[in-house]
Amino acid sequence: MANHVIVDDTVHRGVDEGPTTLDAVKTGLRGVAADYASDKQAFPVPWGKAMMWIFLLSDTFIFTCFLTSYMNVRISTTVPWPSPSKVFALDIGGVSVPLLLIAIMTMILITSSGTMAMAVNYGYRRNRANTTALLLITAAFGATFVGMQAFEWTKLIIEGVRPWANPMGAAQFGSSFFMITGFHGLHVSAGVVYLTVVALRVWNGFYDRKGSYETVEIAGLYWHFVDLVWVFIFAFFYLW
Amino acid sequence: MNHAVERVVVAEDAHVAKPARAAEQPHAEGQQHPIRIYLLIWVLLFLFSVCSYLIDYFDLQGVLRWGLIITFMLLKAGFIVGIFMHMAWERLALKMAILLPPIALLVLIGLMAIEGDYTFLTRLSAYVTGH
Repeated sequence: MANHVIVDDTVHRGVDEGPTTLDAVKTGLRGVAADYASDKQAFPVPWGKAMMWIFLLSDTFIFTCFLTSYMNVRISTTVPWPSPSKVFALDIGGVSVPLLLIAIMTMILITSSGTMAMAVNYGYRRNRANTTALLLITAAFGATFVGMQAFEWTKLIIEGVRPWANPMGAAQFGSSFFMITGFHGLHVSAGVVYLTVVALRVWNGFYDRKGSYETVEIAGLYWHFVDLVWVFIFAFFYLW
Repeated sequence: MNHAVERVVVAEDAHVAKPARAAEQPHAEGQQHPIRIYLLIWVLLFLFSVCSYLIDYFDLQGVLRWGLIITFMLLKAGFIVGIFMHMAWERLALKMAILLPPIALLVLIGLMAIEGDYTFLTRLSAYVTGH
C-alpha cells in the first residue's frame, strides 16, 4: 500500500509551492494526472469526506435548480414582484427597518459557521470540552435560525401568501419563497440534529476511541454548505 | 505547506495503527490551521454581510446594486468554500472534481434566462396584438 504513494515527486507538492504560476499549474495538473491515473485511491482524503463533498455537489445542483426556476418565473411573470425589502421589514419602535429580519438571520448563520470552524479546529487538537461546546453552540444558532424562519413563514402566511397565491403581487413569489426557504430550512434542521449527534459523540469519547476527529470536519463541511447556500439565497431572493 | 504530505501519510496508515499514531502525533491529522485565519475570515464574512445589507438599506439600484450583490456574494462564497471548508488546501484532483461540474449549471442558468425572456416577450406580444 505505502509504496504506491510515492509515484512521482509531484504527488507530494501542492499547487501553491511552484515558483511561478505556470509552474504551479503544471505541477498541479501533473498531480491531478498522478492522482487519477495511478493504481491507488484518487482522493487522498478520508472516504467520508470525499462522499460528503460529492453529496454537497449534488445538493448544489438541487439548489441551483430551485434558484434558476425562481429566476425564470421572476423574469417571465407579467405581475409586479413584491419588494423583499418591504415584505421582510421589521418594526422597531414604530420605524420600519427594511429586510432586518433577514439580516439578523444572515448574521446568525455566519456566526454559526465561525463557531463550527472553531469546533473542527479544537477537534483536531483533541480538546473534547471545547469541541462539544462549540458544536452545541453551532447547533443552537442553527435552531435559532430555524425558529426565525418559522416566524417569517407565520408572518407571510398570516398576510395571505401561499405557494399558489400572493396578495402582494406575483403568485410565483409565494411558490419560490416556500420552496427555496423551506428546502434550506430543512437542511438547517437536519444539520442541527447531525451536529447534536456529533457533539454527543465527541463528549462521550467516541472519536477518541476511533482515533480520528475527521467526522467533526465532515459535519463542518455540511454546515458550511448550508451557510453557503444561504449566501446565494440572500443575494438572489432577498436582495435582488 | 506540508499538509498534503501529512494527509497522504495519515490516510495510507489509517488502517494500520491510527489510534497509536494519533496519540503520538496529535497534529499530524486532518486539516489544521491557526485559529487566527478562521477569526480573520469570520470578521470578513461579517463585514461583507453588513455591506450586502447596506446595499438594500441605502436602496441602491440598477447595475451598481446587482454588481455589488454579486461581488459580495462571490467573496463570501469563496471564503467559505476556500477557508472554512478547507478547499484551498485540498489537492487539485479533488478541487477539480468538485468545482468544475457546477460550470454546467451556468449553461442551465443561461438557457433559463433566455427562456424566461421568451415567455415574457410572447406574453407581451399577445397583450399588444390581442392574440
